[in-house]
Amino acid sequence: MNLLGKLNWDAIPFDQPIVMGASGGMILAIVAVLGLVTLKGWVPYLWREWLTSVDHKRIGVMYLVLALLMLLRGFSDAIMMRTQQAVAAGGAQGYLPPEHFDQIFSAHGTIMIFFVAMPFVIGLMNFAVPLQLGIRDVAFPTLNSVSLWLTASGILLINVSLVVGEFAKTGWVAYPPLSELQFSPGVGVDYYLWALQISGVGTLLTGINFVTTILKMRAPGMGYMRMPVFCWTALASNLLIVAAFPVLTATLAMLLLDRYLGFHFFSVESGGNPMMYVNLFWVWGHPEVYILVLPAFGVFSEVSATFSGKPLFGYRSMVAATMVICVLSYTVWLHHFFTMGAGANVNAFFGITSMIIAVPTGVKIFNWLFTMYGGRIRFTVPVLWTIGFMVTFIFGGLTGVLLALPPVDWQVHNSLFLVAHFHHVIIPGVLFGAIAGYNYWFPKAFGFKLDERWGKAAFWCWFVGFHLAFIPLYVTGLMGMTRRLQHYDVLSWQPWLLVAEVGAVVILAGIVCQIVQFVVSIRAREELRDVTGDPWNGRTLEWSTASPPPAWNFAVLPHVARADAYWNAKQRMQASPDQPAQAREYKPIEMPKNSAIGFVNAFFAVVTGFALIWHIWWMAGAGLLGAFATLLVFAFRSEEEVEVPVEQIAQFERVHPAEVVL
Amino acid sequence: MNIAVVLDDVAHDALPSASEAGPAPKRIVVAYGFWIFLLSDIVMFSALFAAYAVLVHATAGGPAGAGLFKQVNVAIETGCLLVSSYTCGLMSLSVNARRRPAIYFFAFVTFVLGAAFLDLEIREFADMIARGAAPQRSAFLSAFFTLVGCHGLHVAAGLVWLAVMMAQVAVKGIRATVERRLLCFALFWHALDIIWVWLFTVVYLMGVQP
Repeated sequence: MNLLGKLNWDAIPFDQPIVMGASGGMILAIVAVLGLVTLKGWVPYLWREWLTSVDHKRIGVMYLVLALLMLLRGFSDAIMMRTQQAVAAGGAQGYLPPEHFDQIFSAHGTIMIFFVAMPFVIGLMNFAVPLQLGIRDVAFPTLNSVSLWLTASGILLINVSLVVGEFAKTGWVAYPPLSELQFSPGVGVDYYLWALQISGVGTLLTGINFVTTILKMRAPGMGYMRMPVFCWTALASNLLIVAAFPVLTATLAMLLLDRYLGFHFFSVESGGNPMMYVNLFWVWGHPEVYILVLPAFGVFSEVSATFSGKPLFGYRSMVAATMVICVLSYTVWLHHFFTMGAGANVNAFFGITSMIIAVPTGVKIFNWLFTMYGGRIRFTVPVLWTIGFMVTFIFGGLTGVLLALPPVDWQVHNSLFLVAHFHHVIIPGVLFGAIAGYNYWFPKAFGFKLDERWGKAAFWCWFVGFHLAFIPLYVTGLMGMTRRLQHYDVLSWQPWLLVAEVGAVVILAGIVCQIVQFVVSIRAREELRDVTGDPWNGRTLEWSTASPPPAWNFAVLPHVARADAYWNAKQRMQASPDQPAQAREYKPIEMPKNSAIGFVNAFFAVVTGFALIWHIWWMAGAGLLGAFATLLVFAFRSEEEVEVPVEQIAQFERVHPAEVVL
Repeated sequence: MNIAVVLDDVAHDALPSASEAGPAPKRIVVAYGFWIFLLSDIVMFSALFAAYAVLVHATAGGPAGAGLFKQVNVAIETGCLLVSSYTCGLMSLSVNARRRPAIYFFAFVTFVLGAAFLDLEIREFADMIARGAAPQRSAFLSAFFTLVGCHGLHVAAGLVWLAVMMAQVAVKGIRATVERRLLCFALFWHALDIIWVWLFTVVYLMGVQP
């Protein structure tokens, strides 16, 4: 028996200079960061204040850090693919061999969906939802930390696959029979499966946490119809997580059983049914689209209302549209595979439902437009991203309605037309929203605004680059170019792909602008400082507390009498400015104690995942035992909460006086 | 009539509607969150049920359910699980009454019944594999072993959880956290019954239909 399972020195691709260069760079960067942190003596601070933190704001920030780092990785994959397709025309083979190109497009999709978009929206929800609800933390703060670190475990595993072994060559959907052991004997698919299983558990726990938080833990007086729209969209998104992610877990578990124990769920012999995988995958996959896009819609709602100085137009219809999308998202999954061969009636049903779901989305677009109409709009960075989203997303949505027609879909199925379509909805719909949210809530998280000029430059680069990169793909798609081509013979496609390459370079410029924006803002933080806690003249409760908020968020839980609670309180103050300030009575606050369980548990999750990928059974057992022991230590700990004394709260409130008392 | 008027007055001032009452007490939040978890678990089972329903006739020339399932065995399993749910309920009552010996006793009975269920299930699996009906034989058997085995894994996890909880009662006493965890365990244990009722119907009863 081999003590290291399938693992040996052949697992490291020494013969591939591109992979080795990327791995070397990644390892160097990690070593440099760890070295700097150690030399500067920041380890105890990081451990105490961040890694073991159960504070929803810090967890949210850490999610965003993960998302932004993985955006760089996912974008590197993207620009490599664009460059390959720009040059590999006619007889040319480009610079990426097929087996490497296949790993890149699989990794790009997996990373962008699971490890960029998901942590981005979950991070924003973590940061903003409890503040908007006027409460002190989520329902299960320690569980929240466990979720974060399980997501980080998945991210670590997928990056380890770059150095040790390989990643899946199956595309990010990993359809069998290609992803079965028979046709993908390497560890690539196993990396994919275990990374997603581990991070998927984290995501599910997040969903449970936030559904409970939003339904059971709102500030006094905040009835459902007084919640900010971002909280509504977060509720819908997390309901979808709770109902969809278990299906993904079950589906991937079946594929794992096929690969590890020779089961026959999706195999081509012994009665297995590969199309069942495709159905189950998209029963999760289509709601997943809305899990990502709904919180972004929430951000756009907050941004358009705040910067127009008006209440959101049609609040009730916005809530209704959100919940209708939440339900309808389960009725459209088959449009991902109209070509499966289901009957014409089945295809017609799913085609019609796919068109119907465009209706509530249209309602939302009109609501945002009417919110801005007649408003005194301040064209800040978040507003630019919002307007850019509306313009771009409508085009993407329209091509989606085209694809919802089964006969059209048969023509362009799996072509670059499809690739252009889903990038055209998901980049403005998720990424633009996430970046708008990042610019919008950054001053709340850190107490200073992000630089506007570099933020605007980043927006324009992204906006222009995006259209340059993806509009040509519609054309090549209609010309017959299928997706995932490592090289091609049709020379008339090449000019379009060169334009797309230029677009990718312009997006790169946008990303550079964002990095510069971040650095410039930190350097100029004193000029950009916000001492009021309300830099944008906001409407919702998160702006009523200090920036950055104290660990307990609110010294006294706010009492909410209507929607846009903070805005209305400010209006009341202005109407009668002479009212004497009420003396506030503070009570000691019970806060959950920091806990290392999330971090330690994630360590064992990585060990277990890695061991299972490489068939190192003893190590997998040890990892599971370690995780169980961690849980036991946690369950038997003696102290669960710490009490914040009244003096500390009063001291903080003296330094950061609240201008408007709710 | 007068009473109604007075009640109306009270309702307006003193009792805000439930959705405006502010954060719920911890006990309610924990139980509610655990319900959401149980629902997600049921969604996972529903995917396994769907897979089973799709593959139930995909026997690939191998044995089908009618020739494999022993109904007496399954009836005893069902009895064990349902009775264990009852004793689990008695354990919850003892927790409410703060009677530790009763808690230990009913937890012990619950544990033994759950273990008996698992023992019977493992014997059933071993017997099937010995007769050439292993999960690798056909898609139907893959789906059967996964669906029923997943429930069995849940029962096994429940037994470990119950043992840990008894250690907690012994070490930490019946404090608020321990009480909440026992409440969640009870919910979990009853939910496994609900899933078993479906399993019993869909797999074992419908499986032996001619």
